[in-house]
Amino acid sequence: MTEDLILRVVTKVLTPFIMLFAFYTQFHGDYGPGGGFQAGVILAAAFVLNALTFGLPQVRKALPDRIMIIGTGLGVLLYAGTGMVSLFRGGNLLEYGVLDHHSPVHGQHLGILLVELGVGITVTSVMWVIISTFMERAVEDAEGGEG
Amino acid sequence: MTYVDAFLLTLLVITAVSVAGMRNLFAAAVFFGIYSLLSAAWMTVLDSPDVAYTEAAVGAGISTVLMLATLGLTSDREKKDPILKPLPLFIVLATGMVLLYGTLDMPAFGDPMAPIHQHVAPHYLNDSPQEIGVPNIVTAVLASYRGYDTMGETTVVFTAAVGVLAMLIGRRQRPSEAS
Repeated sequence: MTEDLILRVVTKVLTPFIMLFAFYTQFHGDYGPGGGFQAGVILAAAFVLNALTFGLPQVRKALPDRIMIIGTGLGVLLYAGTGMVSLFRGGNLLEYGVLDHHSPVHGQHLGILLVELGVGITVTSVMWVIISTFMERAVEDAEGGEG
Repeated sequence: MTYVDAFLLTLLVITAVSVAGMRNLFAAAVFFGIYSLLSAAWMTVLDSPDVAYTEAAVGAGISTVLMLATLGLTSDREKKDPILKPLPLFIVLATGMVLLYGTLDMPAFGDPMAPIHQHVAPHYLNDSPQEIGVPNIVTAVLASYRGYDTMGETTVVFTAAVGVLAMLIGRRQRPSEAS
């Protein structure tokens, strides 16, 4: 956490752009470079930047630990769930073509969008959970050393 | 090899050698970030923007932050000045030589007759516009043709979080128990 006015203002200004870029990477991954993994890392970077500038408790207000920990599993569940749905619709596991009965190509688009979203959710949550746990320990150690 | 390649690779070597000689871990972490950013630039030159993207975001961004967060837990200076030990140096040099020797058999970069371009790659390149309909073939391969592998990778990422939480979250209760 910093009291530096410039850092605080720049972080506030940059955060929405970083997050927007993460979502662009996420949902434009079918058309350009990028995908769920990169998007998740960039989104987590926005959270980490805020945690460094405004302190971990401030970010935790917006992103409670409970929700982020659920997110780590939710993404994997969304990925595997998409695979299971295609299984139940008569295809193989993760064969997205059967997701849309009008055209296999549309099914593929839907499947890729969903699994990339799953990857994005898992990577965002995992990166945030790991880094915030490390940062929290650093804060605890500093407080322990002073007290 | 173009001048850009040579320039980037030279910078990579300089960065790697400087990191090896550094005793200040804070500077070393930042130099690792620089190394990743240079790798990303080089991969862009090699026409693989997806890999470059990942390297820039993960290597230069998140892992640098993670290393800095870890340095907050430990110290930012190496405790002991390392002594030059002959046996590890010999093993490292020998392994490096063997790896270099291994590259002699590899096909040239971009060689269309290379085995990697003969197996499933032609099928992906020719048929993915009709089968998947996604302009970025890397995404088509990653999420659809090789969807099973990517599911495994996502599970690995999830497992990493479970591991870190299992090791570190228990500590949170300890101060309250002690008091």
